[in-house]
Amino acid sequence: MIGIIDYGSGNVKAISNIYNYLNIENKIILEKKDFSKVTKLILPGVGAFDSVMRKINSSGFKNIMNDYIIDRKIKILGICVGMQILASSSEEGNENGLGWIPGVVKKFKNNKIRLPHMGWNKLIMEKNSLLIKNIDMGSRFYFLHSFYFKTALLENVVCKTLYDQEFSSIINKDNIFGVQFHPEKSHDNGIKILKNFALL
Amino acid sequence: MLYPRIIPCLLLKKDSVFNTLNFHKLTYIGDPINSVRIFNEKKADEILIFDIDASIQNTEPNYNLISILAKETRMPINYGGGIKNIYQASKIFHHGVEKISLSSIIFNEFNLVSELVKIYGSQSITVTLDVKKNIKENIYDIYYYNGTVRSKEKLVNLILKLEDAGIGEIIINNIDKDGTMRGLDLDLVDLVYNKIHLPLTVMGGAKNHEELRNTFTNYKDISIAGSSIFLFKGRLNAVLLNYPSNEEKQFIFSKI
Repeated sequence: MIGIIDYGSGNVKAISNIYNYLNIENKIILEKKDFSKVTKLILPGVGAFDSVMRKINSSGFKNIMNDYIIDRKIKILGICVGMQILASSSEEGNENGLGWIPGVVKKFKNNKIRLPHMGWNKLIMEKNSLLIKNIDMGSRFYFLHSFYFKTALLENVVCKTLYDQEFSSIINKDNIFGVQFHPEKSHDNGIKILKNFALL
Repeated sequence: MLYPRIIPCLLLKKDSVFNTLNFHKLTYIGDPINSVRIFNEKKADEILIFDIDASIQNTEPNYNLISILAKETRMPINYGGGIKNIYQASKIFHHGVEKISLSSIIFNEFNLVSELVKIYGSQSITVTLDVKKNIKENIYDIYYYNGTVRSKEKLVNLILKLEDAGIGEIIINNIDKDGTMRGLDLDLVDLVYNKIHLPLTVMGGAKNHEELRNTFTNYKDISIAGSSIFLFKGRLNAVLLNYPSNEEKQFIFSKI
C-alpha cells in the first residue's frame, strides 16, 4: 500500500489517479492514523519550502516519518518541493529540512535564464537505478521550479538535468528517492517512474 | 535543454468548449472532457483552460468539472476564469491543477497576487493579460472582463509589477488576433521579450507549424498558446482537434 502524504496544498489527487489507473493500491494520508499498513510513501510537491515543512512539523507527521523512513527503512519518493525538503535547508525559506540526503537547496542565479524553470527537459544519467528502468534517456519530463537540490555527495545523484547549469533531477540514498520534475504530469514516462517506484 | 511549450487553450462557456473570433463570434466546438482527453492522448505539453464567462457572470469556478478534467490529464493544467480569492484557488489546486491564471481580479485586488504566491509559490501563479493595439497612440491597451473593460495600466509597467509580485508566468493574449489564424503579433513579443525574466507565453493568431518553428527560432525561450490552430484543420477549417506529433515537433524545434 502506497501512502501519499497530503500536507494541505499538495497535489495528491493527480498521483492517486495514476496509481488507481495502474491498479496499484494507494491511499491519501491526511492524519497520523492513515500511516497504518503503508509500505511505501510519496511526498508530493506543490507549495513553498517553509509552508510544506511547517505542515509536516505541525501535523505530527515528522516523528512517524522518521520511524518509517530512518528506523524501518520504508521507501519514500519526494516530488519537486517534496524532494527539496529531503535536504537540510533551502534558500527559499528559514525552516530546517528533513536532512535525509546530504545537501542544500539553492536558487538558480543567472539573469539570462527565465525562472521558474518551466516546461519539458531531459534527464542525463549519472548512475543506474531501478527507478529509471525502461526510461529512455532522450525522453522529457515536466519541470516547474526555481530552486534546485545541491547534493553534497555525487554518489546520491541518479540523474542530472541542464538548465543553464547542471542540477540533480533524480537523487537517491538507500531507501530515500527524490525527483525534481513532476512524474504525475509527464505523460507516459512519468507513469513509468511512478510504476517503477511501486515495484522497488 | 528546455523545450519551448506548445499549449492548446480551451475556452469554456456554460461548460462547453467554444472558439472565439476577436473575443466575439462564438463557434461551438464540443465537450470539455472529451477535448481534454484528446489533447492528453496527443501528449500536449500543457493545457490552458479558461472559463470566459465566470468573471463577467460572477460565478464560482465549476469545481466538479475541474476535478474531472484533472483526472483525465497526465499533463499540467493551467486553469483561469473567475478566480477571486484564496479559498477558490485552494479548491482548484486541491482538485489536481498545477497552475492557476488570474486576470480580471488583479485590476481590483492586486494584493491577491503576492498573497497567493506566498502560499503556493511562484511556479503555480500565472497571470493572463488580454491586449489590443491602440493604433492612434501606438501602444497596447489592456482589457479585462473578457475584453469589455479597458485598464489604464501600461502593459510593460504592469508586467514588471506582476514580476515583482512574484508570479511564475505571464500569458499575453492579443484580442485583435484571436481566432484569426493569420499569424502571431511579433511586435508584441518584441515589446516584452527582453524586459522580463519570467516565462512568457503568447497567444492569439497562431497560424501553422511553420510559424511556430520560425517563432521558436527567433525567440528561443517563449511558449505559444492557441485555440483555433489546435481546433480546426484543413482547407475548410473543419473542427478537428489536433496537436503536433513527435515528428512534427522535431521539425518545429529543428532550429533552436
